[in-house]
Amino acid sequence: MNPILRINGKDNVVTCLRPLSSGERVEVDGMTITANRDIPVFHKMAIQDIDTGGVCYKYGEVIGIAIEHIRPGDHVHTHNIESTRGRGDKHR
Amino acid sequence: MKIKAYRRENGRYGIRNHLLIMPTSVCAATTAERIAEQVPGAVSIPNQHGCCQISSDLALTQKTIVGFGRNANVGAVLVVGLGCDGIQADAAAAEVAETGKPVAHIVIQDCGGTLKAIARGVELAAPMARKLSMQTREECDISELIMGLECGGSDPTSGLASNPTIGYASTRLVDYGGSSILSETTEVIGAEHLLAARFADPEQREKFLGLVRAVEDRAISLGEDLRSGQPTPGNKAGGLSTIEEKSLGCMYKAGASPFSGALNYAEEVPGDAHGLYFMDTPGQDIDSITGMIAGGAQLIIFSTGRGTPTGSPIAPVIKITGNPETFEKMPDNIDINAGRIISAGAAVEQLGEELFEMMLDVCNGALTKAESLGHREFGIYKLTGTF
Repeated sequence: MNPILRINGKDNVVTCLRPLSSGERVEVDGMTITANRDIPVFHKMAIQDIDTGGVCYKYGEVIGIAIEHIRPGDHVHTHNIESTRGRGDKHR
Repeated sequence: MKIKAYRRENGRYGIRNHLLIMPTSVCAATTAERIAEQVPGAVSIPNQHGCCQISSDLALTQKTIVGFGRNANVGAVLVVGLGCDGIQADAAAAEVAETGKPVAHIVIQDCGGTLKAIARGVELAAPMARKLSMQTREECDISELIMGLECGGSDPTSGLASNPTIGYASTRLVDYGGSSILSETTEVIGAEHLLAARFADPEQREKFLGLVRAVEDRAISLGEDLRSGQPTPGNKAGGLSTIEEKSLGCMYKAGASPFSGALNYAEEVPGDAHGLYFMDTPGQDIDSITGMIAGGAQLIIFSTGRGTPTGSPIAPVIKITGNPETFEKMPDNIDINAGRIISAGAAVEQLGEELFEMMLDVCNGALTKAESLGHREFGIYKLTGTF
């Protein structure tokens, strides 16, 4: 079983179906991606460069904006992406 | 497709035959609970509201508890009021009585206190329970079923496995002429464009989009960052990063049917227009389930990635997980393991059929794990503070 799942061809992040170890190489749609750190099961990994302010796609839809430059193989989670919605704090 | 259920006076069918002891306010809740304890077959609800609420919230509380009384899973109702509370027992009883089912009410202050009210309540409730015990199930069409869709303690497996499985079963039910309710407005934020496209009626589509906008605007007007509550810490530990990601996974519960309409919290599903509905509820599971049951849902299908024990006082809750580890860790609570989609490559259709079979069994009387453990969680959505 492929340990990673890319749900939609537009997706620049994939879901890990088992924990990935730092340095582990996985194949996705003809690309070889090396995990840059340990990634927990069901967490996400980037498969493309996403610039700061760039859009992250899963299910072929927007799930958030990168708050720092994300490289292929990076763990993508709350430390480097944030929601674009329901942000009253931005209106202060 | 046929199931066996209890026919009500108004022609609806319940898949359970509860006698509900219904407190109109928090002040009547303990008395109602004591009455239920003394009458085998009776069940009460722990109402925490109904006093010193302002109009919109008071109306919401009344609509919710009355909706529980009107739900087809309830065969008879005893309403218990304190007397000075915001919701008057006779008015609530009258709304339940519109369904034709047996209804009585007592007022604690008129009975002369707790002990006398309990005695009077038991006196009224016991014959109701005896009468319900004589009622038998009759064959009816599955189109009589209204199913509430919920997810709680989500993780990324919910969107990948358990929610698509629920979506499959929901689509099948709607194809058979039944009804399903998608809920949790907070967990639609970021996915509303995809759902809105499935509303045939432009007015209902606008109502739906307005409900989603209102929730997001409330967070913004309070100066709050929705991220402080959504996703929850457990969602994040499981791998969900943002509300958009959570919403996009949540919406798979709605399957492939078009939407027939959008409902306010606890608003009744129209009896003559079955189909897929959206209901405005919070992401909090208990309040959300309570709203759908008040709207007429007789059965709840609940997907959970992290695992949760939730049940309801009057409706069976079938629990399904997409996370194979959670199924191993919480066998007391989870009815179906859709984690096989991830761990063993099982097809969504296969699990969907399995879920639909279990739905039929539960409709016919089989207890869910939450029911067999006595889980009876209940909570009413609040819009403002208490005054």
